[in-house]
Order: sequence, then structure tokens, then C-alpha cells
Amino acid sequence: MIEAQSLTKRYGDKLAVDDLSFTVESGRVTGFLGPNGAGKSTTMRMMLGLDNPTSGTVTIGGKRYSELHHPLRTVGALLDARWVHPNRSARAHLSWMAKSNKISPKRVDEVLDIVGLSEVASKRAGGFSLGMSQRLGIAGALLGDPEVLLFDEPVNGLDPEGILWIRKFMQRLADEGRTVFVSSHLLSEMALTATDLVVIGKGKLISQSTTEEFVARATDSTVKVRSPHLDRLRPALDRVGATVTPTDDGLLVAGVAGEKIGELAMENQVTLHELAPQQGSLEQAFMQITGDSVEYHADLETEAAEQPAGHAAVTN
Amino acid sequence: MTLLAVERIKLLSTRSPWWCALTALLLTGGFTALVVSQSNAQFPATVSATQYAYNFGMAVIMVLAALAVTTEYRFGTIRTTFQAVPNRAAALAAKATVIALIALVIGEIMAFLSWGLATLIKPEADLALNSAADWINVAGVGPACALAAVVAMAVGILVRHSAGAISLVLIYFLAAENLVTLIPGIGADIFKWLPFNVLHKFVTGNGESAGGAAYGQPLSTSTLSQWWALAYFAAFAVVLLAIAIATARKRDA
Ligand SMILES: Nc1ncnc2c1ncn2[C@@H]1O[C@H](COP(=O)(O)OP(=O)(O)OP(=O)(O)O)[C@@H](O)[C@H]1O
Ligand SMILES: [Mg+2]
Repeated sequence: MIEAQSLTKRYGDKLAVDDLSFTVESGRVTGFLGPNGAGKSTTMRMMLGLDNPTSGTVTIGGKRYSELHHPLRTVGALLDARWVHPNRSARAHLSWMAKSNKISPKRVDEVLDIVGLSEVASKRAGGFSLGMSQRLGIAGALLGDPEVLLFDEPVNGLDPEGILWIRKFMQRLADEGRTVFVSSHLLSEMALTATDLVVIGKGKLISQSTTEEFVARATDSTVKVRSPHLDRLRPALDRVGATVTPTDDGLLVAGVAGEKIGELAMENQVTLHELAPQQGSLEQAFMQITGDSVEYHADLETEAAEQPAGHAAVTN
Repeated sequence: MTLLAVERIKLLSTRSPWWCALTALLLTGGFTALVVSQSNAQFPATVSATQYAYNFGMAVIMVLAALAVTTEYRFGTIRTTFQAVPNRAAALAAKATVIALIALVIGEIMAFLSWGLATLIKPEADLALNSAADWINVAGVGPACALAAVVAMAVGILVRHSAGAISLVLIYFLAAENLVTLIPGIGADIFKWLPFNVLHKFVTGNGESAGGAAYGQPLSTSTLSQWWALAYFAAFAVVLLAIAIATARKRDA
């Protein structure tokens, strides 16, 4: 089990991770979800003892990473596939890693075989394609046959075949009873691989739940309302605690069921032209939930018109 | 021991150490051949003259040592290293040991290759190693290179960028120390205690290995004995390495 407690990391003025607490259960695939710049990579570097937390702790099986004896045998990680010397062969790269944790040299050939790099094992890693580098990184993570695996955006930049391979691979690792913690900025990707989700934005925890719960919460909750009497409906919605987002031709209402909105309209004698539950895409739902915690906004003025919420809420 | 093996695999599974070693050998061998073949009554071929160019070889070895860490930072393998060995002090100390050993070996090959070349070029010259000073002047190049490599590696850890570390090391080694002598009044006194000047004292002593010839390697102004000079530079290298390791432990990798 991985446990983060009040994890905080400051780089100069920049608060990259802000009082983050969550747990990752053993034997499951847990997705670590957040927009770009949310602090996922920073959190993972702190898990591996590479960056020192400004405050707070993160432990793996109750121990700090630096207290682990031969850590590669407990935690395998792929944070960045480029962390390989380009002039070193894949085998040499894995060999020194194996040696450092007293892992048998035979295991090097085993993992090369598992990820399908046996044929290019003695080629220099600098000539590898991104997909091959990613496989080499995964081989490194598997080297110590670890119980816990950390992957930072493993599918980034891969072609569909590579993505499918990684997805299946993670499922296989979880089936073997390992704990997999994998980051992504795509909910749709995580919905396919992860059973649990830790969602962060701007370094803060947004939610921790099962993927099912998160997806349900994210997709069910928006209702589109069009009416000529929005000025009367809006205060009523505000009173029941709904999250209201104006769009070009109406409102997007979250946090209240469609039936309730209908009843409120009736009570306030508001004519409704449209009352439509939004079956937005997962990504839209994700953006809605992480809405104000998106670190870098693109100019979304134009897109906001088509999107149910989130950015619209911010820009208005 | 495990960590030494790890660092050995890492260092020798890339090409740059081999290129640096080759460059060091060609440079010193070439210079020595030039100096010795031009020798005459005024500039005789002496044991000292065979090591005339050891500085250049040492500079190349320091580049090798600095690169051995800065490339780890450049390619992110330092993170993989600390991930595999969270005890950063142990990992870096092992690296320093391996680099020092490799520098020692290259330094010795370099020194004896130069000396051997000289005896081939000038068989009639008296190049026999028949005093302690003669021996130190040749065999001492190895330990001198080993310690200089540790210094360069420490700078590499502190600076982390190849270009920055290499220029710092080379400018200091090849120019900055000598420029100190230009400071009016105290310059010469400070210079006596500057590390590479002292290291040079270890290698050349008071010029005994020049066999009484007026011309040999330029001599060090250090007033320490040869062995104290070595100890002084070793202490300098160890302190610098300790500072670098302490810094690396505190810093984010
Ligand atoms: N070494 C560093 N120095 C200064 N700022 C940093 C450093 N590392 C990260 N940051 C900042 O911290 C914030 C979080 O970055 P981080 O890389 O952890 O985000 P992320 O969630 O992994 O994003 P992405 O999805 O783009 O990979 C960013 O604003 C980033 O600019
Ligand atoms: Mg990242």
C-alpha cells in the first residue's frame, strides 16, 4: 500500500503539490489523474525519494523509499523513458540496474523477453523508437519482480498498438496481484485500465474513489436548461446549491437532478424550452470536475460554447 | 563491492571513457615524442622531460571524470541510479572510487608509455629510473591523475552541466591558478598553496628527476615535501568530494 500524507512540494514560489493525502490499495490498478502541470510527476518523484518533499511524507508498505533495502525489488518505476544513456545498450542498462540490487543477470534476459526487446538487446538505446524506449523502461521497472509499480504517463506518445500493449500489460500486472499506480491526464484512458482513481488538480486532491463512482459522478450530473425566464430560475437553483454555468443559449446545471429542476421551474412558474441531461464525454466530465484547477488554460473562448461546463465556468 | 561493479559497468559501457583515454595517451605520447626528439645538450632528454606533457593528459582525464557525472545528469540516469541506490553518498562514493581507479590506470599507462617512447627515441640518453625522484616523476602521474579526477568529478556533481563543469575545471587547472601569481605582493604566496601547484610539486619535486639539467618541466613553487604535497592535494580532493556529496544528498535529483 502506498500512503501519502500532507505531501507538499514547493519549487521557489511555485506550489507544485499542495497538502496532498491519498492511499493506493494493494493489488489494484490505481489511476493518478490530473491535467498538465497538476503535480503528478512531482508526486511520483517524491514517492521514489528523488525529490524531497517540502513537508509531508509518502510511504510504500509503511516505509519511506530510502529505507527500502534493494528498492528495485519492492518498487519498479517508469517515470521517464528517456532516462537511459543513449550510447549504452539495452542489456547494459538493465545489467547495471540488476547488479545494484543483487538481481540475477538471468532476469535481465527474462524481462527483455517479456517486453519483446530480446532482439535489440545489444543495440544502443539512443536509436530506439519511443515505443521501444518505453518498453525498455518497463523492463527496468519489472527487473526486481516488484510488488509495486509506478508508471508516469506510460502511453504518452505511443501509437494505438503501443497503447493497447501497455493497457493489457497493466491489467496483467494487476491480475498477478501487483499494485499498479499509473498517471495520466486522460480519464478515458484511465476508465479502461484503472479500478481506482486519485484525481488531483493544481497540486491538490480533487477526489479519491473507484473509477466507476468517479465516472458516474462526472457524467450524470449535468443538465442543460433553456428557458426564456432564466433570471427567475437561477436564484432558485442557487438556493438548492446547484452549480450553474451560463452558456450561450441557456444554463448548464450540475449537482441537481433533472426532476428537481423541473419541479423548481414549476414552483417558480418558469417555462422550460429544454431540460436535457448531458451525456458528455468522459473528457468533458473530467474537465468539468477539474475545471478551476487546470493549470494552463488554452484559449478556450470559442470551444467553451460547445462544451458543457468547466472552462466556461472559469471564463465567465 | 556491488556498487563498485555497478559504476564500473556504467562507466565502461559507454564510449566516452575510451575516447578520453585514447586522447590522453595520444596527446602525452605525441608531445613527449616531440620534446624528446628535439632534445640536445641544452635541453637534454631526462626522466623529467619524458613527463613534460603529463598535464595535458591529466586535463583530458579530468574531462572524462567530469563527464562521467554530468552525462548522468544530462540523460537522467542519475535518477535511475538514485532510484536503485537511494543511499546517494554510497552511490557517489563508489563512482568516485571507480573513476579514481580508472584515472590511475590511464595515468600510469600514459606516464610509462611516454617514458618508454622516450627511451626508444633516445636510447643513448640516461632515462633509467634510478632514484626515488625519478620513480615519483613517472609512476606518480597515476595517483596525481586519480586525485585530480576526483576533484573534477566533485565539480561535475556540483555544476551538473557538462559544458559548465568542463570549462570550470579546465580554466582553473590550465589558467586560473597561474593568474593568481599576477596579484601584486601576496599572489606568489597564495599560489604556493593552490592545489594543482602543490600537486605538481608531488610529481616533479625540486627537479631532481631532471638530472641537474637547467631545463626540464617547470617546477612548482610549493614548499611542501613531495609526500606532504600529495597528502595536501588528497585532502583537498576528499573535502571537495564530501561537499559535493553533501550537496547532492540535499538537492532534488
Ligand atoms: N524541478 C522543478 N522546478 C520548478 N518547477 C517545477 C519543477 N518540477 C515541476 N515544476 C512545476 O510544478 C508543477 C507540477 O509539475 P508536474 O510535472 O508534477 O505536473 P504533471 O501533473 O506531471 O504534468 P504533466 O501532465 O504535464 O506531466 C508545474 O507547474 C511545473 O512547472
Ligand atoms: Mg508529468
